[in-house]
Amino acid sequence: MMRRLLAVFYARNLEFLRDRGTVMWNFLLPLLLVVGMGLIFGGGARPLFEVGVLHAGTEIDFKIHPFLTTRYVKFFTVTDEAAAVRKVSRHQIDLLLDLRTKPRYWVNSDSPQGYVVERLLKQSDPAISREAVTGEAVRYIDWLLPGVIGMNMMFNCLFGVGYVVVRYRKSGFLRRLSATPLHAIEFISAQVLSRLLLTMTVTVMIFLLASYFAHSHIQGSYLLLAAVAALGAISMISLSLFVVARFTSDELAAGVLNAMTWPMMMLSGVFYSLESAPHWLQMVAKVFPLTQMLDAARSIMIDGAGLAQVATPVAYLAATSVVFLALGAWTFKWRVD
Amino acid sequence: MTAILEARELVKKYKDVVAVDGVSFAVAPGICFGLLGPNGAGKTTTVEVMEGISPQTSGLALYKGEPIGARFRQEAGIQLQKTALQDFLTVRETLTMFRRLYDRGIEVDEIVRLCALEQIAGRDNRKISGGQQQRLLLGIALANDPEVLFLDEPTTGLDPQARRNFWDLVKSIKARGKTIVLTTHYMEEAYYLCDRIAIMDHGRIIAEGSPQQLLEEHFSDVVLELPAADFQVDRSRVPFQILDARGNVEISTANVETTLTQLMALHVPLGNLRIRPRNLEDLFLELTGRELRT
Repeated sequence: MMRRLLAVFYARNLEFLRDRGTVMWNFLLPLLLVVGMGLIFGGGARPLFEVGVLHAGTEIDFKIHPFLTTRYVKFFTVTDEAAAVRKVSRHQIDLLLDLRTKPRYWVNSDSPQGYVVERLLKQSDPAISREAVTGEAVRYIDWLLPGVIGMNMMFNCLFGVGYVVVRYRKSGFLRRLSATPLHAIEFISAQVLSRLLLTMTVTVMIFLLASYFAHSHIQGSYLLLAAVAALGAISMISLSLFVVARFTSDELAAGVLNAMTWPMMMLSGVFYSLESAPHWLQMVAKVFPLTQMLDAARSIMIDGAGLAQVATPVAYLAATSVVFLALGAWTFKWRVD
Repeated sequence: MTAILEARELVKKYKDVVAVDGVSFAVAPGICFGLLGPNGAGKTTTVEVMEGISPQTSGLALYKGEPIGARFRQEAGIQLQKTALQDFLTVRETLTMFRRLYDRGIEVDEIVRLCALEQIAGRDNRKISGGQQQRLLLGIALANDPEVLFLDEPTTGLDPQARRNFWDLVKSIKARGKTIVLTTHYMEEAYYLCDRIAIMDHGRIIAEGSPQQLLEEHFSDVVLELPAADFQVDRSRVPFQILDARGNVEISTANVETTLTQLMALHVPLGNLRIRPRNLEDLFLELTGRELRT
């Protein structure tokens, strides 16, 4: 089993590495992305004031407090008090309002946005009690960096293997392999490993380079971060292999893979946080491996989370990897009829 | 001796086409078995079912008495009609990859020597000639030192020299005791290589036996060939059947002396006359009423 898997793995690596143009592109594109994003979003201000609200019931009742009718402020429900307070300290929420019992609020004394929202709040409710929080802002670039690198990983994982397998199927190479003792799971695993090696090499290089130039400081463990990235990559590569398991047309493959990358790019929190998006949309976004990977990566990088804190996304990525691999092998088609 | 390969009432249907329509045959160990027929006769579909690449609609495909399965995949060598290989790999790397897919086999160096690939072992497998490509595909098929070797139209598109070399190669492999299943539409190839042949047309086997046996069964005559230019006579006066074939006229006869006497009586110049025995091309024409390569 291992010998056959490694034979295919080795041959695929050679094939990829000798294709100079593709290799260049795989390294150059993410570099350009990170540099470009840094230039565009370097300043990074949010357009609205964002206020998290702890309240009873499922929906915010805008009549329970006069402040809630203020225009140009976005109010959204939060449920986890501790997490929300932490976000205030990181300037990710401008102000946190607690309306469950006696009204009170948290604001970050170091945040200019928080200062303005606080003044607005005091006008409508001068008696409200204040809980001060301090803490430095999370720079947008630190938040964006994992997003952009993750997005590049997603494209690399989804398109990198999908096309290759469809090309192998069309050319009849898979048909020839089907006459050997090679099993579908061995073939698929070899493709996953080969692409994982490439993606991780590119990602680690780009990450180190970008975090050096952006003076990013990683709070948590590098090893855990790498493990999360690898699991995310395996999940996405397996997803791609499952999707193209029966395709014989590269145009169909391109269409379907494209249709999958767009929602992931928009909803997985690559460029902006989904904190204030509708609850159901956040739930939908949680389905994507990219969302889970980025959530875990950001908690490790920004909040210094350990394995226990990111256990849920890690388990999700591991489980989806196994499921996609199994489905991919089970539905795998060797030949064009 | 029991058959190493056996097809029993094989049927393969595609949507609205019956490609193989109840084919049965048995291949004894160590022989070269040829499947002959024109394009579209169902040869390739038949071998693809026997190779375990394409599932049959009904019937049985047996290897050593068992349905085609894991054992067959370890012990069979297969050269498909067209095989795309991985880009950017050399001939040697390609052979190495395939060799590692099998539990047992022969060393890559030996495959290279056996298939005369020394000169091109380090070359990108897309940058080799047609004959070299066929030898590489044969090398891949030999990687596991197979007990049974399938060759699907291995010399189609090769020049006569390359074809002749390939035949010698196949003969040397056969000398190692391998069973070979060959499909071809070259009758000459089948005659040269095969111990036993089955002629297919419209998805069925229409004749089976050794080439010699089949010719003897169907023909008791020989063919006299004359250049058409030499045969300037009023055909209504000729007491025998005449066939026009590629600039020649062909006269089939069971009694050469009588026919020659008749030709002399017609004052036909006999300086360019050739007498040839019946070949498999004639047999195919006889059996199907069609020329093989049309």
